[in-house]
Parts: sequence; C-alpha cells; structure tokens
Amino acid sequence: MTTVGRFRAPGWWRALLYMPIGVALSLGLVVGTRALIGKPEIFDGAAITTVALFIVPFAFLIGIGCFDYWFRWASGAPTVPEDHSGHGADSWRDYFRVNTDHKVIGIQYICTTFVFFILGGLMAMLIRMELLAPGRQLVDPNTYNSLFSVHASLMIFLFIIPVFAGIANYVIPLMIGAPDMAFPRLNALSFWLLPVAGVMMLASYLAPGGAFATGWTAYAPLSTEMPLGQNFFTIAVQFAGASSIATALNFLVTIITMRAPGMTFFRMPLLVWANFSTSLLVVIATPFIAGSQFMVLLDRAIGADFFNPGGNGDVLMYQHIFWFYSHPAVYIMMLPGFGIVSEVVTANARKPIFGYRMMAFSLLAIVVLGFTVWAHHMFVSGMFSWLRIPMMITTLLIAVPTGIKIFSWLATLWRGVIHLTTPMLFALGFITMFTLGGISGIMLGMIPVVIHVSDSYFVVAHIHYVLFGGSVFTIFAGIYFWFPKMTGRMYDETLGKLHFWLSFVFFNLTFGPMHLVGIDGMPRRVADYADQFATLNAIISVSSFLFGLSFLIFLYNMIASWRFGPAAEANPWRAKTLEWQVTSPPPRFNFDEIPTIVGGPYEYGVPGAVHGVFREKSKAVPVGASAGMRGE
Amino acid sequence: MAEEKTETGARSRPEDRAAPGKGTGHPIGRMFLIGSIASAIGVAGVLLIDWFPVQASAGAEDVDLLYDVTLIVAIPIFVLVMAVAIYSVVRFRARPGDMRDGAPIHGNARLEVVWVAIPAVIVCGLAAYAWVVLDEIEAREPDSLQVSVRAQQFAWSFQYPQPGGRPVESEELVLPAGRQVNFTINAVDVIHSMWIPAFRIKQDAVPGIQTETRAVPIRAGRYDVICTELCGAGHSTMRQNVRVLPPSEFDRWLAGQRGAAGASGGAAARTETGAQTGARTPLQVGAQG
Repeated sequence: MTTVGRFRAPGWWRALLYMPIGVALSLGLVVGTRALIGKPEIFDGAAITTVALFIVPFAFLIGIGCFDYWFRWASGAPTVPEDHSGHGADSWRDYFRVNTDHKVIGIQYICTTFVFFILGGLMAMLIRMELLAPGRQLVDPNTYNSLFSVHASLMIFLFIIPVFAGIANYVIPLMIGAPDMAFPRLNALSFWLLPVAGVMMLASYLAPGGAFATGWTAYAPLSTEMPLGQNFFTIAVQFAGASSIATALNFLVTIITMRAPGMTFFRMPLLVWANFSTSLLVVIATPFIAGSQFMVLLDRAIGADFFNPGGNGDVLMYQHIFWFYSHPAVYIMMLPGFGIVSEVVTANARKPIFGYRMMAFSLLAIVVLGFTVWAHHMFVSGMFSWLRIPMMITTLLIAVPTGIKIFSWLATLWRGVIHLTTPMLFALGFITMFTLGGISGIMLGMIPVVIHVSDSYFVVAHIHYVLFGGSVFTIFAGIYFWFPKMTGRMYDETLGKLHFWLSFVFFNLTFGPMHLVGIDGMPRRVADYADQFATLNAIISVSSFLFGLSFLIFLYNMIASWRFGPAAEANPWRAKTLEWQVTSPPPRFNFDEIPTIVGGPYEYGVPGAVHGVFREKSKAVPVGASAGMRGE
Repeated sequence: MAEEKTETGARSRPEDRAAPGKGTGHPIGRMFLIGSIASAIGVAGVLLIDWFPVQASAGAEDVDLLYDVTLIVAIPIFVLVMAVAIYSVVRFRARPGDMRDGAPIHGNARLEVVWVAIPAVIVCGLAAYAWVVLDEIEAREPDSLQVSVRAQQFAWSFQYPQPGGRPVESEELVLPAGRQVNFTINAVDVIHSMWIPAFRIKQDAVPGIQTETRAVPIRAGRYDVICTELCGAGHSTMRQNVRVLPPSEFDRWLAGQRGAAGASGGAAARTETGAQTGARTPLQVGAQG
C-alpha cells in the first residue's frame, strides 16, 4: 500500500493521522470561542482538554473506520457492496481492525476487558499495599483516593459490564441460530468505544492534579470541585455508557427478531433470557448515569449549578439520578452471570434446569424490582425520610426472585450426574458465595443496621462478595465453559481447578474479614485507619496478594492453551444448546444449515428429546443426540 | 463435616441413586440432621464473635439484636445452600467415564411455591422488625439536648445553643449521659457523614440542607466520631472524639465553656479544650491542585 493510501484507508494509520487533527480542532474551537466572547485568557488548557476529550475519540473512531459505511451511505456516495469481507479473522491482525463478525467482536471484547481487569487488579494490589499497616506506606492520600476510584471505575465500566457483553456477543447469535447480530456495524462501534473509555480513565493520571479521586460514585459537590482529572471520568462514562446502550439495543433486536424458526421465547436458553433482561435494564437505566455525569460536567465547565447549593442547586438530586442507574447496574452486572451459571450447571449436572419458566420470570421480576430500590443507597443521605420504608421493603423483596434462582440451581444438582469441571466449580463457588453476598445484602437493606454499617468496610465486603464471588466467578465459569468453542482448543483442566481453589480460598480470606472491620468501625475509602484494625488489615492485604497471584495461573492457562492446547471437539460438554452443534470454532457464518428448533434447550435424560434439527437433514440426525447420551 | 457423613452414599451403586440411601436413613432426613447441627454451630459461632463496638447508646442494643436475629435467620439458609451443594456433589458426582444423564426432572410446582413463599414471609418479617427498631431508635424524647454539628474539610465542630445567649462553640463533642441528644448537621463545603460507631448512628452532612439524627448516650467514656463520606484528600484524617460525661460534670463543662467564651473569646476556649482533652487535631490537607 502506498503511503498516501495507508493514510486514506480505514485503520490505525488513518486514526493516528486524525487524532492530532482532532486536538488541533479542539484547540481552535476553544481559542476561537473564547476570543469571540471576549474572554481575557484566550488559551485555557483545561477547556481545550475537555473539548478534546470529546473530539479526539471521535477522530480515532472515524479514522479507524467505524463510520465509513454510514458516512458514504448518508452522503449518497456509492457504498461498498456488502460482501462480508469484514467478517471473520484469518490472522491476529484481524482482531485489531474494525471487524463486523460477532465472534471476532466477542473475542475483542473479552481480551480488551481482561486487560482492564489486570490493570484494575494491579491498582487493587497497590491499595492493599497502602493498607498493609496503619500510617502511610506507599502513596499520598490524594493518589490513594484516585487509586480506588480508578480501580472501581475500570472494574465496573470496563470489565464486568462489557465482558458479559463480550461473552454474550460470541454466544448468543450461535445459541439462537442466527448468522450474526442484527446490527454488525453498530456492534463494531460498540466495541471500539470501550478502549476509548478505558484509555481515557487511565489517561486521567496524566492530568494536572492527578486522576479523578471521588470514587466511582463521584458524588457532587466534591466531583464538581475536584481538579481536571474528574472530567476524564465524566466523559469516559459517556463513551462506556454509549457502548453499553448500543450493545443492549443490538441484543434486544437480535433476540426478538433473529431467533431460528421454532425457537419460541420459552425455548430460549436461559443465557439468552438473562441477556434479554440485562439489555432491558441497560437501555432504560444507562441514560440516567449519562445525564448525571453531563450535569456534573456542565457544573464544572460552565457553572451550571445543578448541584451547587449556593446557586439553588440540589446536592441530593445527584444521588437520586446516579443510583437510579447504578442500582439497576448491579443487576446489569449480575443477570448475565445468572445466565452463564444456568448453562454451566445444567450441562455439568446432566439434568434439565429445574423450573425453567420460574427462572425466566424471576429474571424479569428482578428487572422490575431493580428499578424500585435505588434509594437504599441513600438511607443516611438526608433524603426525605419516609421513602426509606418502601425502599427497605422492595430491597428485601428482591431476595425472593434471587432465592428462586439459587434454589432452582440446587434442585438442578439434585439427582444429576455431576461433572466437576472447572466451569462447574466456579458455578458452585458462585452459588455459595453469592448466597453470602445476598445475606449481607439483606442486612444492608435493613435501615437500623445500615445506618451503622453504610460507607464502612462491611459495604466493601458486600460488594466484593456479589461482584467478585458473584459476577467474576460466573465470568471465569463462562470463559472456561466456552473457551473450547471460541478458540477450538481445550484449556488445562488441572490448572483450571487449581485456579478455582486458590481463588475461592483467598477470595474468602481477603473479603471475609472486611465484614468484621466494617462493623467494628472502619470507614471505607480511607488511606489510613485506626490502630485497632491493624491485624485484620494485614491479614486482608497478604491474602489479597496471594489472591492476585492466583490470577496468573488463569492467565497462563488461557494464553498457553489458546496457543498450544489440544484441539477441542465440537461439543466437549455434550451440551444441547445450538452453539455446541457446530464446529469449534464455528464456521464463519455460524450455521451452514439453518437449524429448526423443536424442543426445549435442556432436555437431558429425556429419551428422544432434541432441541433443534438442521433443515437439510431434518428427520435423520437429531441435534445434540450424541451417542454417549442415549446409548445406555 | 457434611462430606464425611455422606461419603458412603457417594460410593453406593448408581442404581441406588433414585432410592434413599440404605441403612443410614433418608438422604433428606440425614441432610436435615447435619444441617441443623451445622446451623447450630454456625449460629453459636457468629454469636460468639464480638462484631460490634461498645454499646454506648440506648439504641445500640436494639440494633445489635436486630443484626443478631438476622444472622440467626440467615445462617440456616446459608447452611441449607451449602449442605445441598456439597451433598449433591459428593453423592451424585459422576465417576470417570460415566456418560449417563441425570433424572429428567423439569420442576415441581409445589416446591417452587414453597421457596417463593417462605423467603417472602421471612423478609417481610425482617422488614417489619427493622421498621419497629427504626421507630424506636429515632423516637424523639422531650427535653433533648440540642447540638449543631458543622462539617468541613477536614474537621468537625459543634455548637450548643444557649437560651437567650450566644451558642457555645466547641471543637470537641462533649455529651451528657442519659439524655437524648438531637444533632442537627450541616456541611460547609462538600458532603461529609458523621458516624459514631459506639452509638450506631450515622448521618450525612449535606451542604445546603440540614439533616438530623439522635441518640441517647448511656455510658461515660470517649468514642470515635468518624467521617464516612469521601470528602477529599484529608478524608481519612477526619476522625475526632466524643466524650460522654455524667450529667453533673457535663453541666460543669458547659458552664466552663460559657465562662471561657465570655471571658476571653471563643478562640481561647477552643485552644484550651483542645489542649486539656488531647482531642485529635485534624490534619489540614488542602484539596490539591
């Protein structure tokens, strides 16, 4: 390719060219505007940076080619005929360009989010080093505050939420018998928005005054008063949020319109149900956090005074808007995990999922109830006090649909033929640890108790029980479970089990004692603490280092197995859902023959039952009827 | 523990899977027994743990009891989950090469109704109990002592309104035992939160509005007053003390404060109390940059 051609074609070269142009544009815009309105200081670094934080990402996205097709189409120029040349990956390079294949995008998502998981994890290690003993060990208080703020933001917005979208991106079209997602180009854009958001959060460390240090909750008016780094958070959240919303819309349309013939809603695998429910939450709730952060940005940039009490602003309004997203976000981070666990448990217990319809309805119940509990994060905030009682009742009631799921998984185990594979171990670890997180959640719903423990380490313990023992364990389960399908290779089972047991033990040693220090009076988000908490904090820190090291086993296993692992069969788990009926990895367009669905997805042990048949061979070979299952 | 008991079951022949284990009783009966023992041990264990700081307010006991009751309700549920999970894994685990499927059970309407109804009843009961406790600890008593709390980066200050005079200002929180204190709280810069763990109370201090909380200190002594809402770089240094005195000593202290304020102005009084009580001087860390 010629040098000029290289800069004209979509890709990294063009992105590298467009980004400095974006910076120049931002500079011109700010300087021009300020000159026009007669500001004495024409050159304002903070304003230029803020504008650049919007423009440069778009320059990058346009440069790398996310918008090429749409721009041509919108301007009436001849579009490149849809030859699906953007589909599939023939070499590693195809993972680094705008690719419209859902399988490639799924892997792009998963690898990118794990990079941010590692970075967020390293920050957690620094946090625990600082807390190893009372007094100052490593960093100054402001840096400490930025460490836990960036840690939480990366883990929530750049790992848990998008990694689930990545797994679903890969698996869901296969599960419902579709050749791809409904909007492949939107899907590609959704992915490329993510690295933008993540790099922006990390880049806040370069801002004068340091990275944002107001926690991932960014409560106003602290967030409206902090230095420039805060803008990196408020704007990065817009990009991450846009990515989430676009993906969720894509999932909704895909699931509603692209199911294989015969796949009624009640023949969908529960992972599809889970992502359907999650996507509903995302499209309804995410605009609220976008709004809250835009309001903070306007307060900061132009003195809009939304949250400034001196300017008739309302400080508590921020929390209402923020939690109206951020409580449903807890379920956005959990429901896809419920789906993964359902798939893993049923396949490894060789039994139909117990109470399929109740499992589906309980997801919808959580979606509805999830919108009615936000103010339980505000029991001591000073909001109008009567709201506390209904919020307490709805909060505790969410335990009911969640309980249905836990009990149904347990009943699925009962009288099964249980294979303790690595994904199954993580699923079982999830069921037990999530129960503990649910119990501390009940306590956090009860107002007199939460008055004492809110904003203490008890809350830190609780969120890590539900988000690590809960969500991250299901992510590990999902990654191990679909690893053979995604890579066409098998991971090392022994290393996987070792990873599980080390994670399980050190997870509990790290986060268990946090309940104790929290109830005993240690507040969260502190760089220093009273001497009485020294012993337990030392134990927590040492456990957390070992917990962090256990992740290296996973990393080695994944990388080595992807490269050198033995070839995987099409269906190593003898599962019944559609994705296991095609080769590993699947053909470029998923199904060479379109499947027709004739039964439920989990008919284990039912003689002659099939989930789907392929059109050409309709009556001859029932899908999923491998010899082993029916041969007894 | 559950594993050992059920080990024989795991080794039983596969044909026995559907039937109750021989000789050792029905599996559910055995699990119930093991579960009850484990729950009892668990409940005893968590009740032995000294979870809470000292109970220095009248409401503390109610809150701690509510917490303990919740634990007592929750532990059998956790044990049930663990017992079923461990029992199933041990008893229904596939041997190598076992390619069979499990029993094709799709559900059981009666069982599902039970595990919707029982948790619903439990959480409604807990919510009702919590409501009652809340009303109790927040009940307003006549003749309560009024204290205004002002939060700022990164220190607390306190005012005792005096009928017909200037309020007494203090950097140390001093309270009488046995009388309800009504705190009205406010913040001058960003949100803070006043937590007195020994009283089991916490209330955000919000700029622009006044918030309230109350407690009845019952034990003389010195306890922590901690900021629990991230308020900037000095957040972790925003820790002070509350000193609870017998009523007569408190009256003396207040009179002294009044006198000192009258004689030499608030600043001198402040220095004096700070010196004599050894109150932690908050480290002033400015929001940087």
